[in-house]
Amino acid sequence: MSKAAELAALIANVNKGSSLAAKNFIINGNMSVAQRATSATASGNGTYNTIDRWITWDGNDGALTSEQSTDAPKGFSNSLKLVCTTADTSLAAGTYASFAQIIEAQNLQSLDYGSSDAKPITLSFWVKSSKTGTYCVAVEKQDSTQYRFVKEYTISSANTWEYKTVTILPDSNIKAGAGAIANDNGEGIRVLWSLGHGSTYTGATDNTWHTGNQYATNNQVNWMDSTSNNFFLTGCQLEIGEKATEFEHEPYETTLYKCLRYCEIHTLHSYTHMGFAYTTAQFLIPYTWKVEKRAAPTFTFPTVGTSSGNLGVTVASGSYPSTHGSVLRATTSVTQAYVYNNADDGYAGFTDDHIAVLYGYANPVVKIESEL
Amino acid sequence: MKVENAEYSKGVLDTKDKVVSILATIDGELSSVPIAEGNRHYDEIMKQVKEGTLTIKDAD
Repeated sequence: MSKAAELAALIANVNKGSSLAAKNFIINGNMSVAQRATSATASGNGTYNTIDRWITWDGNDGALTSEQSTDAPKGFSNSLKLVCTTADTSLAAGTYASFAQIIEAQNLQSLDYGSSDAKPITLSFWVKSSKTGTYCVAVEKQDSTQYRFVKEYTISSANTWEYKTVTILPDSNIKAGAGAIANDNGEGIRVLWSLGHGSTYTGATDNTWHTGNQYATNNQVNWMDSTSNNFFLTGCQLEIGEKATEFEHEPYETTLYKCLRYCEIHTLHSYTHMGFAYTTAQFLIPYTWKVEKRAAPTFTFPTVGTSSGNLGVTVASGSYPSTHGSVLRATTSVTQAYVYNNADDGYAGFTDDHIAVLYGYANPVVKIESEL
Repeated sequence: MKVENAEYSKGVLDTKDKVVSILATIDGELSSVPIAEGNRHYDEIMKQVKEGTLTIKDAD
């Protein structure tokens, strides 16, 4: 695109309600942040495994992995790489393989969905796959009535980075009351890439909003049909307007902090958080994190105990108590947790009103998640 | 999401008599899940309970 055309597209989008900065509703669209893992990790059916904010669904008889790759088009350093590791050559009706980013509702209020002022949006992304053919991307609006918009795109050349754009115009339903997106911290929109869907979920009409549960047209390839298949994606941007504009690169720390609202991974080195014992068998330890969470998060512990790689609790002297249990509990709010135990969780040897300290023996990992 | 060994958990100090979370092994990891709709783990646990594939042990 020439500079003049680029400027014209930008101005056109601003006139439609976009902004010059923070225009991308997708977080971590350049796949730069991967707190959980960077190397190939098996995908579950609705799990966040590697790159932050990107969820995969492996709901078929095959299997796939995700990873953070350094294979990327010019101007980018990373991509999301998916590999089919077990093939499913014929997807049964109710099966599927896909991945998505789920965008928080309150961040989408500028779309004005649910009113006559509802704005057009444009999705752009770089994609590469060993398997050519027709693929589908779906935009799924949550809240009130669920509406889905499905659009085909074509991967023309195998193993070649290609740039795709999709413009989604609001229809009369999106402009009506049931098209509204609640101004809250729940799901607003899912942007979902299909890798293959069984007949229950195909049959959508291309380039059209619908209320059915179809995420793809009948032309969608079955990417799960061979263990030779891979799929790369990066440079994802969803913005207001009918034109795709240059990807909005941002400092790494900006992207990281956006991701931290939904997930923090803490590698604990030695003595980390201090609390107190309030009986000889019970303790309470405050545990804070860097960024306020979207909602009260799930607190996931590493193995609890006194062996290498375990998370444990010490008494005031810095030693383990005489008896150490294998369970820790947490009660969480959006800003912090209390890590504690129950009287029957198998701990003994604390001193009432003395300190108790969380101790990470050989870098155990705590996960705090409030993903959508 | 594979959920095992789910049990309600009471809080501590001023919430010691109130159920505040579900302690469960989720995909092989010990997790404390808040009682809060909109938390994806809580929603999934409740879905599995409703489908009859999971039961949650009462808090001690």
